[in-house]
Amino acid sequence: MTENLFYFLSSLTLLCALMVVISKNPVHSVLFLIITFFTISGHYILLNAQFLAAVNIIVYAGAIMVLFLFVIMFLNLGKGSDKGIKTSMLSKITGTVAGGLLFVVMIAALKDAEVAGYNPESYNSQIGMVENLGKVLFTEYLLPFELASVLFLVAMVGAVMLGKKETGEQHF
Amino acid sequence: MESVDLLYKAIYIIAIFGITLLIATYSTYFERKIAAFIQDRVGPNRAGPLGLLQPLADAGKLFFKEDFIPSKSSKALFILGPGIAMLVATMSSAVVPFGDNLIIGGHEINLIAIDVNIGVLYVFGVVSLGVYGLMVGGWASNNKFSLLGAIRAASQNISYELAMGLSLIAILMLSGTLSLREIAEQQQGFNWNIWYQPLGFLIFLVCAFAETNRTPFDLPESEAELIGGYHTEYGSMKLGMYLFAEYINIFVASAVMATLYFGAYNFPFMLELEAWLVNATEDAVTANNIVTLIGVAVMFAKIFLFIFFFMWVRWTLPRFRYDQLMKLGWQILIPLAILNILLTGGGILLKDYLF
Repeated sequence: MTENLFYFLSSLTLLCALMVVISKNPVHSVLFLIITFFTISGHYILLNAQFLAAVNIIVYAGAIMVLFLFVIMFLNLGKGSDKGIKTSMLSKITGTVAGGLLFVVMIAALKDAEVAGYNPESYNSQIGMVENLGKVLFTEYLLPFELASVLFLVAMVGAVMLGKKETGEQHF
Repeated sequence: MESVDLLYKAIYIIAIFGITLLIATYSTYFERKIAAFIQDRVGPNRAGPLGLLQPLADAGKLFFKEDFIPSKSSKALFILGPGIAMLVATMSSAVVPFGDNLIIGGHEINLIAIDVNIGVLYVFGVVSLGVYGLMVGGWASNNKFSLLGAIRAASQNISYELAMGLSLIAILMLSGTLSLREIAEQQQGFNWNIWYQPLGFLIFLVCAFAETNRTPFDLPESEAELIGGYHTEYGSMKLGMYLFAEYINIFVASAVMATLYFGAYNFPFMLELEAWLVNATEDAVTANNIVTLIGVAVMFAKIFLFIFFFMWVRWTLPRFRYDQLMKLGWQILIPLAILNILLTGGGILLKDYLF
């Protein structure tokens, strides 16, 4: 059951991720990316990490992708913007060759890589639950956690600075 | 889980789904009746006794109207829009506890569809997805007014989600759990969260109004400026789905507010009543079931009160201007919510220090 679910979710993830790249319309790409996030959340649930699954949906699907969609709708890409750019045959061939070479390098690098296993005796299946995650974050990884929050604060101050009205600027 | 338990759970989930749809249907009727009462009119009274069949007549009308799809719209997304709106609206009632547990034939049934330990986050995640239905529909219509309505809806929902999340954090600090079931259990008897979190409740209430796009925050569909906003191009049952999703959202928002702040299925003297019933009937199972059923009735009474409040406000207050809406969200509600978190934290520390 779980294995079938895993294969179903994995194929769906890959399909949607491919569609993000393939679709012509940027709005469709964003919507496929949202479905990809959902399937990844499904993987988290299969791994018994409910907190991560919920936060993944709230942060990525709920907030960041809404902003993506917002910006793309404002810019109204897909109409007119594609017509201006003509891709020549040469650039298509170069792109294919470069992409294929990258693929070969990736396969060569990952071919002999070992999948990190886990020790079934010492493994705690409840590690993904909120309580355990919180305890680990606030004891073992306290410093990185606090540093990340400082990073967010810096980003927030930067956003406020960018959005601030300058003196003499017209107010619409 | 045994198959009998699974069967009970399936029956419960289908029942909650049906009740959600039924309440949303009759919300449209009561909305009109309450509007009529407030404006000193009669309201719908032609279809059936007291106009009770009015929602069915409305649905019939919407189904038989021409199903119109604009020629230059993005067809698939145009159809997907109302679907997403309905799907997301019906999803969040899954983690709301509508009652304690019933015991039937030795099987204990918890009256909650899925008891996950991230209930609050689940609700929050589903709420944050609500905006996609409007945005996809508004964009796919290929109409400026629809797009403007959709963009307004998106910015409004994002802005008020922040304050909503921050007001929830205070509740989580008090209860120390993310499970809605445990939050409900902690509010035993009359020990409701509203007594500890009046400010948080106020913020949450305002945000719930904004998230469900209800007056005074119904800017996404303000008909005077936007001819209907994101559903300008919609007709027939697709429009009906959007309007219906709004009523489902009201029901779910009411249920979540009742659970978080007004003690869910708990009512005063609940334990005393159960003890008295155990004495009177000498049957703990029957006593438990009677108290649970009263609890379910109390829960729905609270939900109906909130739904009435939503309607009462709609026919009383005028709409905000857009800059006022943004100012309220970002400059008043978010600082208030942060203040509420600080006060709650201080209160918890003070309680530890004093007692």
